Amino acid sequence: MKVPYSWLAEWVDVPWDARELGSRLTMAGFELDALEAAAPEFTQVVVAEILSAERHPQADKLQVCRVSTGQGEPLQIVCGASNARAGLKTALALVGAKLPGGLDIKAAKLRGVESFGMLCSAKELGLADTSAGILELPADAPVGRPLREYLELDEPILELNITANRGDAMSIIGIAREVAALAGKPVKGPVATPSSVGHGDKFPVYLDAPAACPKFVGCVIRGVNNRAATPLRISERLRRAGVRSISPVVDVTNYVMLELGQPMHAYDLAKLQGEIRVRPARAGEPIRLLDGKTIEAAPDVLLITDSEGPVGLAGIMGGQRTAVSLETTDVFLEVAYFPPAAIMGRARRWGLLTDAVQRFERGVDPTQQERAMERAIALLSAIAGGSPGPISVTQSPEHQTKRAPVPLRRTQLKRLLGLTLDDARVTSTLEALQMRVVPTAQGWEATPPSYRFDVTIEADLIEEVARIVGFEAIPEQDALVPQRFRAAPEEIPLEHTILEALAMRGYQEAITFAFVDPALQTRLFPDQPGLVLSNPIASDMSVMRVSLWPGLLRAAQENQRRQQDRIRLFEHGARFVVADGVTREIDTLSGIVCGPRLPEQWGVPREMRAPADFYDVKGDLQALLVGTGARDSFTFEPVSLSCLHPGRAARVLRQGQEVGYIGELHPLLVRELDFTYSPVLFELNVGEWSSRPLAPHTKGQIGAAGREFTAALTVEKPQHREISRFPQVRRDIAVVVDETVALSALADRVVFTASTLLQSLRVFDVYRGPGVESGRKSIALGLIFQDISRTLTDDDVERLIASIVADLRVSLNAKIRE
Amino acid sequence: MRMQDLTSLTQQALEEVAACGDLASLDEARVRWLGKKGVLTEQLKSLGALPGPERPAAGQRINEAKERVNSAIDARRADLERIEVEMKLAAGRIDVTLPGRGEERGGLHPVTKARLRIEMLFRRAGFDVASGPEIEDDFHNFEALNIPPDHPARAMHDTFYFPDGRLLRTHTSPVQIRALLEQGAPIAIIAPGRVYRVDYDMTHAPMFHQLEGLVVDENISYGNMKAALHGFLKAFFERDLAMRLRPSYFPFTEPSAEVDMSCVFCEGKGCRTCKQTGWLEIAGCGMVHPNVLKASGIDPERCTGYAFGAGIDRLAMLRYGVNDLRLFFENDLRFLRQFRTF
Repeated sequence: MKVPYSWLAEWVDVPWDARELGSRLTMAGFELDALEAAAPEFTQVVVAEILSAERHPQADKLQVCRVSTGQGEPLQIVCGASNARAGLKTALALVGAKLPGGLDIKAAKLRGVESFGMLCSAKELGLADTSAGILELPADAPVGRPLREYLELDEPILELNITANRGDAMSIIGIAREVAALAGKPVKGPVATPSSVGHGDKFPVYLDAPAACPKFVGCVIRGVNNRAATPLRISERLRRAGVRSISPVVDVTNYVMLELGQPMHAYDLAKLQGEIRVRPARAGEPIRLLDGKTIEAAPDVLLITDSEGPVGLAGIMGGQRTAVSLETTDVFLEVAYFPPAAIMGRARRWGLLTDAVQRFERGVDPTQQERAMERAIALLSAIAGGSPGPISVTQSPEHQTKRAPVPLRRTQLKRLLGLTLDDARVTSTLEALQMRVVPTAQGWEATPPSYRFDVTIEADLIEEVARIVGFEAIPEQDALVPQRFRAAPEEIPLEHTILEALAMRGYQEAITFAFVDPALQTRLFPDQPGLVLSNPIASDMSVMRVSLWPGLLRAAQENQRRQQDRIRLFEHGARFVVADGVTREIDTLSGIVCGPRLPEQWGVPREMRAPADFYDVKGDLQALLVGTGARDSFTFEPVSLSCLHPGRAARVLRQGQEVGYIGELHPLLVRELDFTYSPVLFELNVGEWSSRPLAPHTKGQIGAAGREFTAALTVEKPQHREISRFPQVRRDIAVVVDETVALSALADRVVFTASTLLQSLRVFDVYRGPGVESGRKSIALGLIFQDISRTLTDDDVERLIASIVADLRVSLNAKIRE
Repeated sequence: MRMQDLTSLTQQALEEVAACGDLASLDEARVRWLGKKGVLTEQLKSLGALPGPERPAAGQRINEAKERVNSAIDARRADLERIEVEMKLAAGRIDVTLPGRGEERGGLHPVTKARLRIEMLFRRAGFDVASGPEIEDDFHNFEALNIPPDHPARAMHDTFYFPDGRLLRTHTSPVQIRALLEQGAPIAIIAPGRVYRVDYDMTHAPMFHQLEGLVVDENISYGNMKAALHGFLKAFFERDLAMRLRPSYFPFTEPSAEVDMSCVFCEGKGCRTCKQTGWLEIAGCGMVHPNVLKASGIDPERCTGYAFGAGIDRLAMLRYGVNDLRLFFENDLRFLRQFRTF
């Protein structure tokens, strides 16, 4: 809210300059967003009077004026504004003046006629966004006076951020009340003297929904001249508070709203039919609003109607049919009270966050309608004449908002704040806020003033006391924390160790948005519908990710575009899978690799500079899986995913349960997404969010809706086993098998046959070519044998090899290559 | 044999040994002088021609000569071997300034680094780390936090919705409700996590990271909250910065406050980052509203508590001098590589 300093000063004696006032209000909960002057910088602009204005000899649209600045000879000024006329007092920028926007005024010749300055419009002085002609100043404006002085354009304007609970402070009087409490001064304010009643006309008003509209104050004013000019003093105030001047009637309603926080509405009496009823709308009932739009109301919306139908959305916006115009002479003024519950939320449906809505939904003082009406009538009569009728009040007292006393205990005040205050201080603080305070045995009972909607419980009173006393008065005090040990299961890996492990293998962590491009996601996962947002920020951020791959692919693309040829990224975050109507939020670790296997460097074989492939990334993944202490429980089996290369993709299983995927991006996608190198991707399920907030990592065990969930990285606690003291023996064999035989099948047989004597099995070559029939491959195995209790003899080992070979021959149709 | 002959022979042998340039010629010299048919060995054979009483003395002289030559040969061999090793080492010298081989280190995202640091600091102060789902329902995100439907405060949240009424959490505060319902009081937790708002410009991302804090026990005061927040900020930024709390409004706390800390760039003197105010807004906080305690099954007469919420991204920006929030989500490797520290 914009608060002109002078307007506030009319309501309370401010003992501080604007900057100090701003910081006092900030520390009381009304944050100063900006502090600006009433007009942008300009110099050497004075009040001047046009003595004569004659047609320019060479140009129809220009006039040559003689202008007095009150001293010396009148100046000759060429002016293009049609309202330049003899006798007009206006603003003159002298030669040498600097205007907003960097315009320097110099003596000039315009179509052959010399001009010594410029007559200015409000726009040229930064006082308006548009203007029709040069500024028109009142007839009593002192000629020669600097305009900044005359219009008090150096006046500071405070822009305050009013929190949603303080509707009462969305007004000059509201801020004045706060300043009064902070400074220990009374609120003064213009005294509204009742206007003399000029006629007896009333317009009938009926409240059909008294809970939603318990009070409606009306007044008929006849003979208004709505074409009169609003005085500069009023229109400048409005402008400084951020409201445009329109016509006397509209300006007065806005002025009163800004000053007292009381929205009001003016109807053109000539267009108002029969009687006014305030009633709930019927479903779909149409109403054409002031802004020209027609909306369909709903039963929870309150309408102001006359005999012909709706004339306004109560507390939100008036209707078009009965709107005042410049021709209006008789008006009916409405000053009503609508409690927040009757207004809240409705206007947002149509995007009608008007000044009225913002005040009514936060709470308007239910007792000030008569006062606001008096003020409006007085202002309007002064500006546009007219004869007011009696002020008629229609109300339903039993539906009126009432303030209940709120108890405040001395002990609770101290307990909640950690601050001891003496009783007198508490009483005086609450009284400064216009609360009625009664002492009780335990402390106080305070009844808040009618305009304070936010004080209903003890904590609210405590806040008020703390706010005015100042939060800085509360001492910092360390809480005493009992020493207690909390469970920390070793099976739950520490997050940073996992992230660091990937980082040490060259991966850089990325963070991508959880909503992705549906086109890309559907292309990658056609069978997995993602959750669609109702109100996405952009169409390519409209669906929740079912995998981290869409985000990582985009990040990799962007990096490729930035000439990064070697990309290794990983991300740790949630993906959102919908299955059988249940959304599962799966904590996921994913990665993408594309580009050369190693950073460019000297001294490594050429094949190490080739693009990374499936096995490079599998190596990284296996290195990570070693950390689970259960490396051997993981298996990789071929899988068909539409986004991955059909021959280079695997499902990762842990004890037979799926925990992730790894594979090369499908060649068609590599081309579509314009990758230079084929990306290799992996994804692991780390955990699933279940209903256990305090154990983010055990969120692995049972997932949403009681589903089984296997976490890829759960740790098996290491268990020491005795190390053999006897020598180990190595034998290498090369086994020729069909192409279709997977290493895992071969290894399974070897392990099965060799039993516990096999310490380790290594693959050191896979060969195809001369010496091996086509359709077959030779796999070279290094087998290391060791016994825990004795030295193995050559005989022992020969027998083992023989039985392994014999088994492979039978089970896998293998041959031994010599 | 004449004494003079033996002396000159010996002299000749020693000069020859000293002149040997490699082990092969040294060996040749050894054979020539000391071998079975070597010049000095042959001298012994001539002893027989001497009269008996002279033989022992002559033999001793010859052996002494052999011994002198032999030790000269050993010494020369040691020299030559040492020179050979030195030459080999010289040939094997490498350029230690060439880069090492293999993979480079990657690193963690700066927001993650900040988050892990925050978690570590709070854990040390006795807090647990909690989490909650990112897709929330209206109850946990709004209702239980004292934000009924149509409440004006909802307008500040710019919520992403799903057609069935669920939503992307707009703050980490729903974890307060979940944690209280699950654990009850006493409780001291932080809940870092991703949150979402319909907002995207210079200073707002539609997804960002928030840090929630919640402490509820029988006598938790505003003074405790002030101490915790100030203590955390000083520890996180590793400096003795000033903090102030400004009254504000959140539906789920009462009293509520905005947390300002003295600007870490200008030490509170006023600069562009703090818009000349000397203060940076860093968090919101307050005493847990009795309605929130009630919604979470806690008796507000028995317990009091405080809660706070801060932006992790903003903390990371201030800590690492990042001037544009959007950099965090562009994942430019050149940006990310700057944070590869432990």
